[in-house]
Amino acid sequence: MEKYITDLIYLIGSVSFILGLKMLSHPETARKGNLYAAAGMVLAILATIFLDPAIHNIIWIFGGIAIGTVVGWIAAKKVKMTAMPQMVSLFNGMGGACAAVISVVEYTRHDFSHGGGAAFIAIVMAGLIIGTVSFAGSMIAFGKLNGNIGDKVFPGQKFINLVILIAAIGLSYYLSTQHQPENTLLLITLGVAVLYGVMFVMPIGGADMPVVISLLNSFTGIAAALGGFIYNNQVMLTGGILVGSAGTILTIIMCKAMNRSLFNVIAGAFGTTNAAAAGDGAAKGTVKEISISDAAVLLAYSKKVFIVPGYGLAVAQAQHTCHELEKLLEEKGVEVKYAIHPVAGRMPGHMNVLLAESDVPYEKLLEMEEANGEMANTDVSIIIGANDVVNPAARHDKNSPIYGMPILDVDKSANVIIMKRSMAAGYAGIDNELFYYPNNRMLFGDAKASLQKLVTEVKAL
Amino acid sequence: MEQIFAFISENIRFIYLIILMVFLGIEVISHVPSVLHTPLMSGANAIHGVVIVGAIIVMGRAEPDNYLALVLGFFSVILGTLNVVGGFVVTDRMLEMFKKKKK
Repeated sequence: MEKYITDLIYLIGSVSFILGLKMLSHPETARKGNLYAAAGMVLAILATIFLDPAIHNIIWIFGGIAIGTVVGWIAAKKVKMTAMPQMVSLFNGMGGACAAVISVVEYTRHDFSHGGGAAFIAIVMAGLIIGTVSFAGSMIAFGKLNGNIGDKVFPGQKFINLVILIAAIGLSYYLSTQHQPENTLLLITLGVAVLYGVMFVMPIGGADMPVVISLLNSFTGIAAALGGFIYNNQVMLTGGILVGSAGTILTIIMCKAMNRSLFNVIAGAFGTTNAAAAGDGAAKGTVKEISISDAAVLLAYSKKVFIVPGYGLAVAQAQHTCHELEKLLEEKGVEVKYAIHPVAGRMPGHMNVLLAESDVPYEKLLEMEEANGEMANTDVSIIIGANDVVNPAARHDKNSPIYGMPILDVDKSANVIIMKRSMAAGYAGIDNELFYYPNNRMLFGDAKASLQKLVTEVKAL
Repeated sequence: MEQIFAFISENIRFIYLIILMVFLGIEVISHVPSVLHTPLMSGANAIHGVVIVGAIIVMGRAEPDNYLALVLGFFSVILGTLNVVGGFVVTDRMLEMFKKKKK
């Protein structure tokens, strides 16, 4: 009887995941979708604990769940909105590690006396490697987004990575053909997989981190699904595969937004083409600065203003000040909208989340195509901490590493103000010719400080 | 070669399930507005926390003298819970902000 109920609950759990994911892709239903999926998860967990007669150590299980819940809850509630991408990466790593640990235990518990069971061990090893790569990669991605780890590129990296990957697969193949446990080799495989995860993410630039996190997310999904295969457990299988495929598609959508292939991202193309691009020496002109008071006047007497936010806005924690400026300008009769590039920030939708935090109305956030359609009759585009996503070189300079990436055509608006700390290049490491355009002026300084000064100036007008 | 075919045949239901799930996953999220990319990624992240079910099985089936399985199982239950709870709570926080500004 318990078995029937478990199966039924697992079925409900699987449906709740599918429904949840579906609802998460529409703004009105998204929050409910998340709750549905969470409810399905709780049901599946409770059914596993209470309805499977083979489950013992229930006190310990609840102990582990209690620790995980308290720590996870507090971490998720305390994290700042700007640090969201790191947090998702961290939680993803936990899932990957969980899958890897399961594989290790199942390998050591495997009964070799009836022959090797090659297929079973192959699945266990696949779960081990994918889970471990996801864990190690997520930790590196976390470190990079947190600013603890820089990009590391050295010659022959791709080749070495390939060798490491082949070594991991080779070891797994060897282990699955053996008829007795080889615990030392298992640990070596684990080590190789950690190394691969680290080396895989190390060379990838900060701007590509969203893509990497999404990819690692789908890896963990696949690792979870392999766990479902090991235990003949449908809810793990459906949940895992669903995330694996949805995550992969999301990754591809993100790559498309940058007009790059997934392979290109993984190979770390920005890192390797930097040197060539810098040597091109694009036609330079003069860079004009604008004072705070001039900028305030220009903004306050415009009809239509676009705010183009980027990662710099997140770093400076300037979203609230930004919203304040927007409201102030609206009071003065200026039409203010935000133009959101799909890959602005460190995660797709990062800017939306950030601006939503400071209560910017949903209708004010325009997606790229929509914003570009209105660019020509815009008086001022003010760019806050964004760079590569507004670089016109993407439209015409075939030698530029970002050539072909869809950009926000801010240069088509009558005036451009770029708020930036310095003339430094963006994440792609390339010069932005927009700086030298005649309709552009630079407002140097920290985004938050500059915005505050602008607010004060506009108020005084 | 025969082994591989035999494996496929033995697990044919699972393989059908996997293939259908792959297409479903693609179908379900292919029309998502970019505004929702981050919450969607985060929500999917929480869903693969279902791996915790495996962790519970590891822990629950560990014999009382199998300390390796007990310790690792306990550890994996914590890791899995972090993934589930952290994932859903973070997603909810993101989406909560979308709600507020809609009124």
